[in-house]
Amino acid sequence: MSDPPSDDGSDAIHDDGQDVMTPAELIAKLEEAWLNEKFSPELLENRSEVVECVMEQLTHMEANLQRVKKGDAKASMHRMEIDRIRFVLSSYLRSRLQKIERFFPHILEREKSRGEGDPSLLSPEEFAFAKEYHANTETYLKAVALKRMPPNLQTVDMLKAVPEPCLDSFVFLRVKERQENILIEPETDDQREYVVDMEEGSQHLMRYRTIAPLVSSGAVQLI
Amino acid sequence: MFCVTVWFCSQEDGLRQILQEMESLYEQNQSDVNEAKSDGRAELIPSIKLRHCCLLRNQRCVAAYLYDRLLRIRALRWEYGSVLPANVRFHMCAEELQWFSQYKKSLASFMRSLGADGLDITQDMKPPKSLYIEVRCLKDHGEFEIDDGTVILLKKNSQHFLPRWKCEQLIRQGVLEHVMS
Repeated sequence: MSDPPSDDGSDAIHDDGQDVMTPAELIAKLEEAWLNEKFSPELLENRSEVVECVMEQLTHMEANLQRVKKGDAKASMHRMEIDRIRFVLSSYLRSRLQKIERFFPHILEREKSRGEGDPSLLSPEEFAFAKEYHANTETYLKAVALKRMPPNLQTVDMLKAVPEPCLDSFVFLRVKERQENILIEPETDDQREYVVDMEEGSQHLMRYRTIAPLVSSGAVQLI
Repeated sequence: MFCVTVWFCSQEDGLRQILQEMESLYEQNQSDVNEAKSDGRAELIPSIKLRHCCLLRNQRCVAAYLYDRLLRIRALRWEYGSVLPANVRFHMCAEELQWFSQYKKSLASFMRSLGADGLDITQDMKPPKSLYIEVRCLKDHGEFEIDDGTVILLKKNSQHFLPRWKCEQLIRQGVLEHVMS
């Protein structure tokens, strides 16, 4: 993807607490977050700082586009660029919302028992959405059926009723930082445990559970 | 869209029968539990347990059925938009309409919170392949304004070359049809 159009003053994007990023680096970060979220069976840590920066970048690009002469060939390329970035961003946010809806009791439970200093899985807006989804669904079930059931059966334990994400599903990944001694758990009793080294740039198909921490640290990229 | 509608007819009668069965099982259990306690009739306990299992199973099945309906209703918001056609609303009970209304409010609230002016993430469902697309109008839709201010009259069977992002929603609603040459 070519560099998006930007003014002289805005080649640098400040990511809170981190080094300055170019627009190209920001979009690369968005694409990484998008792919990881798409292929991971569970909800990953929220990247709202990336979302915010991309939104700003899109606004900026739209404003620039207004100033380009109509009919200029460059305008349509930049328009496509904007549309592509907006697609990736929307797809990323949709993936997250779908997982929030699918696993809402477990996500809310995890949020409740989160320690003070631990990072939140959800952005504040996603948290509000999850709580509303929960309340809305409970209200519906109560009103349509549960309140008409015998007294000892008027609640449903959502944590038991809603399945958890399957962390043992297999995912494709590419190694970004060399890893040594990754323990692969045996699938059957007669297999022995073994460790592998993962070379930078290599690609693997593995159980998500084994490499989950490497996804959050950025050491591997799901593909 | 059509398969969702056909499936949708509310099984009100089925649900009522299950709830009646649950009430009757519960009442039988209540009376057996009292007898078992007061007269020491321990041989009633297996049937009490059996009825309880049936009650739990009924509750599970009812909850699963109702939740499955909610998932389909949720899908309507994403595939069709925030205004449901009359023939779909006809198959929804008042509580389901209430759930839908609440869901779309939650979603709208979330979308508005993105960036400075919000982002409609129910658009851009497919990766953009081309800037402009050829579309045919399937029904009369009146006037339609595009970004540079020009107004197009969407009359049935007319064909237009329009910006893709403006047409997405109308294509999903069945007003326009993407013409692939």
